[in-house]
Amino acid sequence: MELILDGISKNVGAQPWLYEMSLAPVRNAVTVLLGATQAGKTSLMRIMAGLDTPSGGKVCVDGRDMTGVSVRQRNVAMVYQQFINYPSLKVAENIASPLKLRGEKNIAERVSALAAKLHIEALLDRYPAELSGGQQQRVALARALAKGAPLMLLDEPLVNLDYKLREELREELTQLFAAGDSTVIYATTEPGEALLLGGYTAVLDAGELLQYGPTAEVFHQPKSLRVARAFSDPPMNLISAEAASLGVQLVSGPALSLPLPAAVSASLSGHLTVGVRASALRRERREGDVALPGTVELAEISGSDTFVHLATAAGEVVAQLTGVHFFELGEALTLYLNPAQVYLFDAGGALLVAPRRPGGH
Amino acid sequence: MARIDLDLAHAYRPNPQQESDYALLPLRMSFDDGGAYALLGPSGCGKTTMLNLISGLLAPSQGTVRFDGRDVTRLSPQERNIAQVFQFPVIYDTMTVAENLAFPLRNRKIPAARIEKRVGEIAEMLELSSQLGRRAADLAADAKQKISLGRGLVREDVSAVLFDEPLTVIDPQLKWQLRRKLKQIHHELRLTLIYVTHDQVEALTFADQVVVMTRGRAVQVGSADALFERPQHTFVGHFIGSPGMNFLPLRATSGALEVAGRRVARPTDLTVPEGEAKLGLRPEYVTLARAEEPGALAVTVLQAQDIGTHVLLTGQCGDWTIKARLSVEITAPQRGETAWLRVLNPHTCYYRDEELIS
Repeated sequence: MELILDGISKNVGAQPWLYEMSLAPVRNAVTVLLGATQAGKTSLMRIMAGLDTPSGGKVCVDGRDMTGVSVRQRNVAMVYQQFINYPSLKVAENIASPLKLRGEKNIAERVSALAAKLHIEALLDRYPAELSGGQQQRVALARALAKGAPLMLLDEPLVNLDYKLREELREELTQLFAAGDSTVIYATTEPGEALLLGGYTAVLDAGELLQYGPTAEVFHQPKSLRVARAFSDPPMNLISAEAASLGVQLVSGPALSLPLPAAVSASLSGHLTVGVRASALRRERREGDVALPGTVELAEISGSDTFVHLATAAGEVVAQLTGVHFFELGEALTLYLNPAQVYLFDAGGALLVAPRRPGGH
Repeated sequence: MARIDLDLAHAYRPNPQQESDYALLPLRMSFDDGGAYALLGPSGCGKTTMLNLISGLLAPSQGTVRFDGRDVTRLSPQERNIAQVFQFPVIYDTMTVAENLAFPLRNRKIPAARIEKRVGEIAEMLELSSQLGRRAADLAADAKQKISLGRGLVREDVSAVLFDEPLTVIDPQLKWQLRRKLKQIHHELRLTLIYVTHDQVEALTFADQVVVMTRGRAVQVGSADALFERPQHTFVGHFIGSPGMNFLPLRATSGALEVAGRRVARPTDLTVPEGEAKLGLRPEYVTLARAEEPGALAVTVLQAQDIGTHVLLTGQCGDWTIKARLSVEITAPQRGETAWLRVLNPHTCYYRDEELIS
């Protein structure tokens, strides 16, 4: 299905919730709406679904203007944060409900096929209240899939689950979406989740659509500081800098000689921001590196990585180190950085340079 | 402060017959005086039951709880001298921040000067000093939870401070600051702290020793490092890390070595257990290898995802899948291609009956 939002906006009272934006999610693929709470993800989804009417602009579905057409007249499946099922119906009946509504045949077969896809075959005879949270959300997802709607909207569907369950369900969902039967819109606050889902990402911040494109491209080529901030976890390290003869000079830090394109270095002036991803900081020194000495404020261990918060002369930075590493609070530590791995933003926050990616595609 | 010894089991129903009747299977465990512990596991694993048995909110259906050798099994939390911090702030809205912090001390008839000094110290640690005179009701949810934490930590004479998912209501951006505070406070006060969470980051960051639990059993007690490098149980390998550890069947007979049913050239520098076992290797330690290299397995690439900081490769070998977290600095093989992955290396762990073969 082809969905086009053309110059839509939403005001609630005098308050703008969504500033004018246009978005054409790639058809039959996943589009992630990424943004913090209050960024406008749910407002946007409600307009896509037809639950709300935009204050301005048009919503077109397969070339037809559907603005103002209610959700009942549209073919949309929705999954919410809360696990919503019919409490008085067994799991099988819950999944079957959209099929029955349409008077379809072979309902039992369709239900067991969907249940198998979501690994809830053994639970078909139970009531939702007898299931764990993860199982309940699987039932809600199976029912949404049973609808076979050309547009599927998922609003932070995994946020109320344990992280291991999220991992599992996210992977299953990615495979289901890959079948390409519907246009899928998936809202999340987590940059890591957007990257794992792949597809395309629209970055929202304070009611504005900041950038839309293939997920990896948006991550590696954020158009602005705001996108870089929204699409990084831990947050990208941002260090104030000034233009210098061979590149840039970090304020209260070392000089970085940056391999800048001629057009950029010619116009380089005034206040700049250097962006360093946590993963670009290392403990081992390599040729051409600059050193950032500091003291450890905290080492957070995620299981797969250790996030070291380091107080340096250039401000606090966070480094992502693979595996488990111990540091004492207050311990002295020097991190290293290859100048070719930094982002550079101008005074207005627009991207000037992004790192070239050796393994990039 | 106290050393805590558990030698007990708990079932919520009478006459437990089988393992599934127990919320907590028979176990022996000790918490050292002044240690920072986390009880980590999925919902229903028994971690909250264990915390309630330690606090005295619950009496075990069998066995004993000892504090410094003294049997406290039937004593209440007050009698055990336990301080507790819960998921949601428990404070007095009508009192000021200072009065809230002082409350546990006033209750115990501590001299006023001593109370003032201690409240000042705790407020300073939690960065509440500027808000001491404000009414607690006027504060935001995370500031209220800081007061709860402060009330838990204010008494110096407690046997232990117990935390039940205390950062649930805290904004993600503030979480790391509070984790840091807790760590600092533990460093300075050396209280015995026991912290229940289902969040691995919180557990691994906060605790010196993490107790990993599943289905009423504590499957490993260890440092974050030990849980990552040498999981004692396959559940630990699976639960810690995202994605968790890869597991593949291994068969070693005289001369021949099979992983996931495929012949693999035996590395000369590694000892591989003879017979059948399960091989466990974290995605972070799976590396690309040359074709036919010793210890390397050929897989068909199902997916090579650019996850920003790494490339997450999913490979298939027969009925088995294996994930590798590769550096972005190399060119990863693409979907449909054959990749050779080094699965036998110094980081590889081996399991039988889900337990690590040492």
